[in-house]
Amino acid sequence: MKLTVNGEKIEATAAPGQSLRSFLRDQEHFEVKKGCDSGDCGACSVLLDGVPLHSCIYPARRADGKAVTTVAGLGKDGDLSPLQQRFVDAAGFQCGFCTPGMVVTASTLDEKNLDALPRMLSGNLCRCTGYRAIEDAVRGTHRPVGEPRQPEPLTSAAAVGRACGRVGTSLPAPASTRIVSGQEPFTLDIAVPGLLHLAVLASPHAHARITRIDVSAAAALPGVHAVLTHADSPATLYSSARHENRLDDPDDTLVLDDVVRFRGQRVAAVVADTVAIAEQAVGLITVDYDELPAVFDPRAALAPGAALVHGDKDATTSRLADPSRNLVAQMRGEHGDLAAGLALASTVVTGTWQTQRVSHVQIETHATIGWIEDGRLVLRTATQVPFLVHKEICRIFALEPADVRVFAARVGGGFGGKQEILTEDIVTLAVLTTGRPVQYEFTRVDELTISPVRHPFEVSVTLGATDDGRLTALGIEVLSDTGAYGNHGPGVMYHGCSESMALYSVPNKRVDARCVYTNNPPSGAFRGYGLGQVIFGIESALDELARKLDLNPFDLRRLNSIGPTDALVVTEPEGDDLIIGSYGLDQCLDLAEAALARGNGAEVPAGPQWRVGEGMASAMIATMPPNGHFSGASIRLEPDGTYTLGIGTVEFGNGTTTVHAQISATALNTTPDRVKIRQSDTDVAEYDTGAYGSAGVTVAGKAVLAAAGALAAKLRLAAAERTGLLAASWMPEPTGLRSGSAFVPLTELAGPDGLEATGAENGALRSLAFNVHAFRVAVNTLTGEVRILQSIQAADAGVVMNPEQCRGQIEGGVAQAIGTSLYEEIVLDGAGTVTTRVLRNYHVPQLADVPVTEIYFANTRDILGPYGAKSMSESTYNPVAPALANAVRDAIGVRPFELPMSRDRIWRLLQA
Amino acid sequence: MDLHTVEWIASARSRSDLGALGPDVAPLAGGSELFASPRPELTGLVDLLSLQWPPLVIRSDGLEIAATCTLAELSRLPAVPGWTAQPLFFECCGALFGSFKIWNVATVGGNICTSLPAGPMIALACALDAEVLIWRSDGTDEVMPASGFVTGNMTNVLQTGDVLRSLHLPVRALRARTAYRKIALSPLGRSGAVLVGRLDADGFLLTVTGATLRPELLRYPAVPSAGQLQRDLARLDSWFTDAHGAADWRRAVSAVLGEEIRTELEEETPTS
Repeated sequence: MKLTVNGEKIEATAAPGQSLRSFLRDQEHFEVKKGCDSGDCGACSVLLDGVPLHSCIYPARRADGKAVTTVAGLGKDGDLSPLQQRFVDAAGFQCGFCTPGMVVTASTLDEKNLDALPRMLSGNLCRCTGYRAIEDAVRGTHRPVGEPRQPEPLTSAAAVGRACGRVGTSLPAPASTRIVSGQEPFTLDIAVPGLLHLAVLASPHAHARITRIDVSAAAALPGVHAVLTHADSPATLYSSARHENRLDDPDDTLVLDDVVRFRGQRVAAVVADTVAIAEQAVGLITVDYDELPAVFDPRAALAPGAALVHGDKDATTSRLADPSRNLVAQMRGEHGDLAAGLALASTVVTGTWQTQRVSHVQIETHATIGWIEDGRLVLRTATQVPFLVHKEICRIFALEPADVRVFAARVGGGFGGKQEILTEDIVTLAVLTTGRPVQYEFTRVDELTISPVRHPFEVSVTLGATDDGRLTALGIEVLSDTGAYGNHGPGVMYHGCSESMALYSVPNKRVDARCVYTNNPPSGAFRGYGLGQVIFGIESALDELARKLDLNPFDLRRLNSIGPTDALVVTEPEGDDLIIGSYGLDQCLDLAEAALARGNGAEVPAGPQWRVGEGMASAMIATMPPNGHFSGASIRLEPDGTYTLGIGTVEFGNGTTTVHAQISATALNTTPDRVKIRQSDTDVAEYDTGAYGSAGVTVAGKAVLAAAGALAAKLRLAAAERTGLLAASWMPEPTGLRSGSAFVPLTELAGPDGLEATGAENGALRSLAFNVHAFRVAVNTLTGEVRILQSIQAADAGVVMNPEQCRGQIEGGVAQAIGTSLYEEIVLDGAGTVTTRVLRNYHVPQLADVPVTEIYFANTRDILGPYGAKSMSESTYNPVAPALANAVRDAIGVRPFELPMSRDRIWRLLQA
Repeated sequence: MDLHTVEWIASARSRSDLGALGPDVAPLAGGSELFASPRPELTGLVDLLSLQWPPLVIRSDGLEIAATCTLAELSRLPAVPGWTAQPLFFECCGALFGSFKIWNVATVGGNICTSLPAGPMIALACALDAEVLIWRSDGTDEVMPASGFVTGNMTNVLQTGDVLRSLHLPVRALRARTAYRKIALSPLGRSGAVLVGRLDADGFLLTVTGATLRPELLRYPAVPSAGQLQRDLARLDSWFTDAHGAADWRRAVSAVLGEEIRTELEEETPTS
């Protein structure tokens, strides 16, 4: 067929059942993304003869004779359309994976249908931004965040420097212009000659032993290169979860196992010339199973006689609390005496709260391409942790570290979901078996059915307080369902019970937490890492206590929260590694309370069925993960006078690359465009634990600052050596160093070999960040609809490195949390099968669902973070659900104990 | 998504070309449903768009909508004088979960033949007493009320090889007054209930879709009392639970929306 794409004539053949999306990608139009392949997310949107379509559900052959326009046809880097430029100016993206489809769709809107923007963009999902910035970009209504104060410069001479691009300014992401024109390559946006594709046979059983696999028919199919079964799998147990310390997670997983423990688990894999052949061959594999007893309820899993999910594992070598009771991990402890504390209380509140399974829905699905290059294994993969993947792949396959390279291009969203090995292991096996390049790409159904979900928690809270509101007792019991594998199970449980408890200064505390196996699909890391689940319980219980005591809920927090010098206690005092490096909780409470009192003029819907309520909640989070988080940065002055920064951490919409450019520019008194950044590649950067636990600024950023500072010192020394003038008298400028009237160009200092310095951070000390959220809502008592009238978040981010980005992180976290609070739920049938298998049955917030949140920053400066900054990505999510639940309670007089607070659940609460 | 097992697409030029349809050969209209999920049973597709059925034909006795008419075409039909029910076209398109970009390809017939409870073209057809024309695979034509077409959640009266050709909306219904309500678990989510009321010389009709496994139609000679309507709604037995709402909630909100519709049409009844 013949068609034009962005004006260029193309003649090619489309398969009869091929979608326009995959056809365009076959033509290397990688700006056309796959998010869902079912017409729900809009990442693949293109224009066909000017008409916008979801190309994933459009038969390719119908494009014959037509003109296709992709985002790259609307404008390219250096020649952006006004709309694309507005997306840059408004920071209308974070990871940027949805952006091509968003821009294409927005390009068709005129003044008339801007009024109907929520409907016009209902088919374009963004998981990062929370849509405010996108709406500003589309409408042209963007306004910069209220200019914050400037942080003190590293050197006094930096005062000479330019404001733009320094820390504290809203520098756009370095990739901005490429993102908005679809030119920034993500994981699969590369043409690999001879690429094979991998498809997986999924288990139909929740628990079964494979007694026989016959792959002969599959292997005989023309175009099939390998069929992999448990017989081909390395025998090394590992965890799909990745942490700095690999002992954090139980070793309970094999690349391919002869026992399957959840529906959808890999049974076998086929490597073939095309996805079509691989899928056909998968259908030809015959398997005999011995079905085993299965358990789906976490409480039942702990009962005597329950089916054992990993009864075959050794507790010590796999690091499990008690595999004979399905107990993965347990945390029990008491500070003071809870019973005594309750005896002192005049008011006691108890309750049990339940959170649901949530899917990350990064718009880019998990995917890996692997190949052999110069005798080494290379993995290009969608990961937050390339160095940890590198370490574990070497371990599983007994490969020398020098023989493996792992790298990430720009990653299309993470939220914790890409802190796992989900595709890299099987691709490695396939590449090592065939010697050929192999690609494995998750479908959206895979994401919703087998990719780990947020751990569902049952949280029971007991609070005791005296009449004046002083807490005398705080106890929690936690039951976490980690599913069929223990990845992140222990960590999520421990973390969930830590800062949530430590936030309150209570003489008597108790924690009794258990994390258990079931034959449900695995749970994993999700933004907030357990804290959000426990905070939902504790902050709801505190709200109930405030009601019983007739206290203002803000005052109750003021009375009982830790102060800047208080000890941090969960059930034992926290280690010396955790300090309150800055304290802004008091300001956050004041800011949120004042904004709520001020109101926003939003009108309450008319009718007696609408009830209005207000609610708030606090959250505290450590600024990085515990037990060490390492990052090494190198920065090099190139012979041409520009800088190259090498840093291991990953960019997936977190904006760390922007901040690293700002830090480098500030420390070297240059402009960010003179700093080239190479990142997330085990071949080009020093070791970095990875982009999780909100470590991109507080750990990697600190390493960058150390490296840049060291290079600045080297430059001064070099200038001093050349001139005899004192090193301290030399100040860096964008093109050279100046000392009085003397000037040495950078090109001269660099010499033919350049000049390099390194810096490192080990995460030995951690600080704390605070967030307070408040809502005013109206609830329709007839339908259960919750309408958010006002949404407020006050954040203690320390010194705000990039106000636009930080606002975006908060807005995105709030939007994701609104999804968790009101809409999202991975539903199981009670027998281990996910019933919400496509996005139209799993409701990710659309533009219509997310209000604009008022955001306020506390004025603090952290003593640990670079330039006084703190982390601000996970923390923004955590206080939202309880704040919203408390507002709903205020409105309707009945407390929600279960997420999501869907309309049918709210309605049912009102029927009791 | 790619339908890997599909080996051929044939462009239908005449009704006889539909003879190729079978258990492994599906009719292709807009493709928005067909290409949205794996269809490993299919080896071939017969393209209906090449039949070039005129999408919308205005006649003195009403409107003929080809099964291949897109939602975009339907929603953009210029207002026909006297057709007071016509705003319902756009309203029902708006009840589709798919975006306006889906409207550009999704067809009226495809939506009806998918026969989801939330299919908004089913609500439209039932509320306006449409008759559907089915081309049976044996070459015969069958005309039946749209209200009998959908038999359950994703089931209908079509047999393998049958094709939905068109809908006919009678002019009497198009001249009626209508009231429309939709609710979902989110502002623009997939419908948990879509209710349409119609009042004309024939009486009052309340169509309940989205909340029930199949369309439920309540007919009255005139606007019923609130109590009567509530009693009749309570007697319906096909409320169902899925990711878009629990059965008890669907029943309750249908009662709320039904009463809103009843009140709206009663209040606006001209005092002639």
